[in-house]
Amino acid sequence: MKKIEAVVQPFKLEEVKEALKNIGIDGMTISEVRGHGRQKGHKEVYRGQEYNVDLLPKVKFELVVSDLRFEEVLETITNAARSGKIGDGKIFVYEVAEAIRIRNGDRGDAAI
Amino acid sequence: MSNPTALLLQAAPDLTARLNALEAAAKSAQSAGDNAWMLLSAALVLMMTGPGLALFYGGLVRRKNVLSTMMHSFVMMGLITVIWAVVGYSLVFAEGNPFIGGLKYLFLNGVGKDPNADYAATIPQQTFMIYQLMFAVITPALISGAYAERIKFSAMTLFTTLWIFVVYFPMAHMVWGKGGLLNAYLGGSIATLDFAGGTVVHITSGVSALVCAIYLGKRHGFPNEPIKPHSLVLSVIGACMLWVGWFGFNAGSALAASGLATSAFVATHFAAATAALSWMLAEWLHSGKPSMLGGISGAVAGLVAITPASGFVKPMPALVIGLLAGLFCFWMVTAVKQKFGYDDTLDAFGVHGAGGTLGAILTGIFATSAVNDAPINGKVVPLGLVDGNAMQIVNQGIGILIAVGLAVVGTFIILKVCDALIGMRVDGDEEEQGLDLSQHGEEGYIPEA
Repeated sequence: MKKIEAVVQPFKLEEVKEALKNIGIDGMTISEVRGHGRQKGHKEVYRGQEYNVDLLPKVKFELVVSDLRFEEVLETITNAARSGKIGDGKIFVYEVAEAIRIRNGDRGDAAI
Repeated sequence: MSNPTALLLQAAPDLTARLNALEAAAKSAQSAGDNAWMLLSAALVLMMTGPGLALFYGGLVRRKNVLSTMMHSFVMMGLITVIWAVVGYSLVFAEGNPFIGGLKYLFLNGVGKDPNADYAATIPQQTFMIYQLMFAVITPALISGAYAERIKFSAMTLFTTLWIFVVYFPMAHMVWGKGGLLNAYLGGSIATLDFAGGTVVHITSGVSALVCAIYLGKRHGFPNEPIKPHSLVLSVIGACMLWVGWFGFNAGSALAASGLATSAFVATHFAAATAALSWMLAEWLHSGKPSMLGGISGAVAGLVAITPASGFVKPMPALVIGLLAGLFCFWMVTAVKQKFGYDDTLDAFGVHGAGGTLGAILTGIFATSAVNDAPINGKVVPLGLVDGNAMQIVNQGIGILIAVGLAVVGTFIILKVCDALIGMRVDGDEEEQGLDLSQHGEEGYIPEA
């Protein structure tokens, strides 16, 4: 099993969600986060007081998929989230030791 | 029997009685019209404080201070009302000496349905009393823009209670009370023109705000850490309510549903419009983009500047006053504040102090008896420079100096007293936590609730 963490542009949320649904991935956790990589922030001015905002809003997807499917999922997310501009985000992949469905105690691939 | 009146009287012996009845009916109709407008105006001015100013200021602070900032406005609606009812109205409007009123109206004794002809001959004195109260409510609330996000609530209420006695009551009496030093209409020796409170409300509050900002010192992190308004949406709603409420403030100051009220209404609206535009334009040229915050700041600056002038100037000068106010206050809050580095949190000085001073001077230029022909010492006199009375600018200057002097000295002494008694500022941890939690034990926004 692999855990995929994808940090993407907020306006790509629906597109990525829809693309994952289309390949049969239903389980995911989504959070609103802030951060930056190479993308520069922007300037805000309030009554002449200038602020550089460098932590920008992003959306983070977290999902755990079986080893068989994770390449396909990575490709789906990458394609759906890409606009081609700086700031599109990043994807990180982790090994997952175990997964348990709390309701009935299912383990491993059966739990995801 | 050649006298026609006598002939008429003979023809209709009850004519005198009918004429008297007609006169009484006409008086009662005028009183009904004026009273309706003045009660509405009083409600409009109250709306400027809550929710108008509470929203305007509340949106400009960080989310952890939204309730405490709103409280700074809201609590005035209770606190000042009680003080006004017991003694405040008397100290401003009862006859006394040129500097402060007497105690004739203590506990509102004798303030009832009958008009007080010195101030407003067609409305109950109680209407006049409640209308003037709303000005006393909003004035100390304006100061809160300077000390927001770092003052103790206990210190704020003590400060306000002393301030209203030491600064507001004397200033209001001098400008509006019978026999007040600056009130030429009612026996004062220096003819200062202040229709709706440029000196009384805006200069006193704005200058006191600056003293508070300097005395309390900067907020933690200012100006290096980003301290941004948490909801300009709230501020826009609040500012637009201020704009509407200001019609009660300025047009209501005619104290009757008269042509003068209409004239003040028009001048008020015109100045707000040009000031909103000129501030946004200055911003556009200066930093590349016109902002919503700039628009509402400009509108308020224009409303402040037109306040003393509203009942004295024609519509075209009102456009000019607004235009200048937008530019001047923009410069004050962007360039001047940054140069001197004081932390006037929400620009109470930059907008109210600066705009009020500019408005008081421009009143001396543009005031004309063609708009306001109320007699001074029994005759209609030329008012401002446009009427050929250049001296009026000097008189306006005297009014400004008295307001500034009283505000600076009074506020400084009161701050010293409050600081010695209970301390003005919250400690660092409480400031970091936010005043909503540290002073009031509640939060404005609770996501998990």
